Amino acid sequence: MADNAIGDMYKLLLCWRYLRTRWIALASVISVTLGVATMIVVNSVMAGFSHEMQTRIHGILSDIVFESHSLSGFQDPQWHIEEIERAAGDQIAGMTPTVAVPAMLSFQVRGQWVTRQVMFIGIDPRTHAQVSDFGQYLQHPTNREQLSFSLREGGYDTTDSQNPTKTPTRPALEHAGWPHRRMRVERERLWKERLETKKSAENKATRSVDQQVQDVLAATSPKDDSPETSSDVTEDGESRKNPFQTARPAQGRAMDPAKEQFTGIVPGIGLASFRNRQGVDQFLTLPGDDVKITFPTAGTPPKAVSDNFTIVDFYESKMSEYDSNFVFVPIDALQRMRGMIDPQTGIPSVNSIQIRLKPDAKLNEVRDRLREVFPSDLYAIATWRDKQGPLLSAVDMEMAVLNILLFLIIAVAGFGILAIFFMIVVEKTRDIGILKALGATSSGIAGIFLGYGLFLGLLGAGAGLVLGLSITYNINQIRLAVEWCTGSRVFDPSIYYFFQIPTIIDPVTIGWIIIGAIVIATGSSVLPAVRAARLHAVEALRHE
Amino acid sequence: MLETRQVCKQYQSGTTTLEVLRGVDFTLEKEGFLAVVGQSGSGKSTLLHVMGLLDAPDSGEVWINGRRIDNLPVREKDRLRNSSIGMVFQAYHLLPELTALENVLAPLLIRYGIFDWFTQRRAAQEKAEELLDRFGLSDRLHHRPRQLSGGEMQRVAIARALITDPQVLLADEPTGNLDEESGAGIIEALAELNQDKGLSIVLVTHDADIASQARGIVRLAAGIVDIMNSGAADSAA
Repeated sequence: MADNAIGDMYKLLLCWRYLRTRWIALASVISVTLGVATMIVVNSVMAGFSHEMQTRIHGILSDIVFESHSLSGFQDPQWHIEEIERAAGDQIAGMTPTVAVPAMLSFQVRGQWVTRQVMFIGIDPRTHAQVSDFGQYLQHPTNREQLSFSLREGGYDTTDSQNPTKTPTRPALEHAGWPHRRMRVERERLWKERLETKKSAENKATRSVDQQVQDVLAATSPKDDSPETSSDVTEDGESRKNPFQTARPAQGRAMDPAKEQFTGIVPGIGLASFRNRQGVDQFLTLPGDDVKITFPTAGTPPKAVSDNFTIVDFYESKMSEYDSNFVFVPIDALQRMRGMIDPQTGIPSVNSIQIRLKPDAKLNEVRDRLREVFPSDLYAIATWRDKQGPLLSAVDMEMAVLNILLFLIIAVAGFGILAIFFMIVVEKTRDIGILKALGATSSGIAGIFLGYGLFLGLLGAGAGLVLGLSITYNINQIRLAVEWCTGSRVFDPSIYYFFQIPTIIDPVTIGWIIIGAIVIATGSSVLPAVRAARLHAVEALRHE
Repeated sequence: MLETRQVCKQYQSGTTTLEVLRGVDFTLEKEGFLAVVGQSGSGKSTLLHVMGLLDAPDSGEVWINGRRIDNLPVREKDRLRNSSIGMVFQAYHLLPELTALENVLAPLLIRYGIFDWFTQRRAAQEKAEELLDRFGLSDRLHHRPRQLSGGEMQRVAIARALITDPQVLLADEPTGNLDEESGAGIIEALAELNQDKGLSIVLVTHDADIASQARGIVRLAAGIVDIMNSGAADSAA
């Protein structure tokens, strides 16, 4: 037999035996397991949330936004598009011009005016879909294929088309569109008839012919539907605010609201709806209703103008920041209303161009290329990440902080291993003496405990990996079970952007978690191992 | 074949210095069987520990087969303890997590790496089983120490000490925790090993009857050797 070798076999055997007989050490394995599992689940869920949010943000925003600093915008978007094409056309998939201005949206709900601050965005329905996932967020199936600002003859989704479970339900949208509009017109007509019948009955005996003529003229002439003049209360306190008052003459003739509409708009669904306790979406206004929007004109100083618009669809991106702020309108209508078309040349102005890049394009490189061509004092060129930088940075920071905190769980497990190993070294003092008497080296003795720590780390990390992946893959089923047990909602889709908890399992992240857990477990056994190695053989043998 | 020259060893206890060995000269011839006797505290176990390289002398020398070993590097001393020196203790000192067979194999498990073990495993196990069979423990191969009697544990310890074919066996009060009959059996086994296998043995005991079964006796008193019996013993002034 070899007379000069010192081997490792006894370390493996003793590590394995200690693992099987020292149950107290399994307590530290459990904490490593829980720490690893928790980190896997949290990282997967956070990655899922972050990815979903970025996908939605990116789906709404184009890759690069090219915009002017001024509300008046810049002239000749076509020339700008050609210049952008010349500078970075090899990486560009599509472009569309937009006009965006802050505005006030007003609509009536049961006779009361409701006003919301919005971002009024003029888009080109032919080219906007090239740069944005805008279309898929609309409520009418035909509009999702090709956006139109014309009111539809019904057919709006009565459930959330983006939710696989087809909830919540939206029964109010069943008759949205022209049916709803016609019904409102008919109700207005009947209301007017009732009012006039009542008036005529009251004044029948006392009115002169002239007064009767005046009354007829007054009843049939166009009315000013501004909020300030629409109040009208009867003697008995009944409000005479006409909730159906929308029509006004266009081009010298009375508009027939049952057959005609104003310029169509698509507001965010958050502006006009809310969800009740039963999970049904209630709408304050529907496609087919008319609203008023007040916005500034182009030019210096800007003036406030108002106009009527007809809601033709709703936009639902699941991002409340957009769903409660954006209102989309045809760009040419907005340009005309704001005076953004040069009366002499007919060349319109826009204040931004949305750019979508090809899949393999380099985002920052294209941005920087455009910044070299277009002066920064006139134009602001930013990527979608730049625009949402604070939000994305906040999410990244949250993830980083969470990971640090969760890693502390594993660090605590490491301290547990440290304490337990010190205890085992004391317990095994005599055995260490025996091993040294049999020729085991000090480093070999240390290796037993380091190996033990490594085994515990591998065992804990492995169990944590299995547990973490199991939870992650079944997280929505677990959520349902918890909600069933507790009777309360764990994950409310109305708060978050999605209906199921999204998860993304990243092998690299999981790899780092596993490695970190093993390093902590093994590292925690170093001090006890060194202590064991330094024991004096004779003193150890005498240990009681 | 085993020799100590003017070995001194002292221990510090607070401000007190305790001289346990004060210049011990000791010689064990090849195939010798010496008993080291003395009162409690005379330094018997300390001498054994120094000879077995478990403790280093403060001065003096330890030689084995003409080679000085007390000044070797730590690694070399570990190898010597593993291969050339077998030790048996009063408290048996078996590893409680290992079976009797694994305890006997322990020195080889320390010696072999993983690859070597898989090539040497069969031969090693056969030898261990043969040793345990010689000591009447063939039906105790897979018993843990807590399942063995004192005498059985001591025999396992002796088998463990022999598995590496050591040049010398150092036994420190091997019958101290055993009854008379078991103790006699152990001494008989040691005597047989010395007579039949020519194994050199140093036996530390406080029992005169047991000591008389050795071929020579060395008495330690206050850290100094007294010769009690001629033969393999040497004297020191």
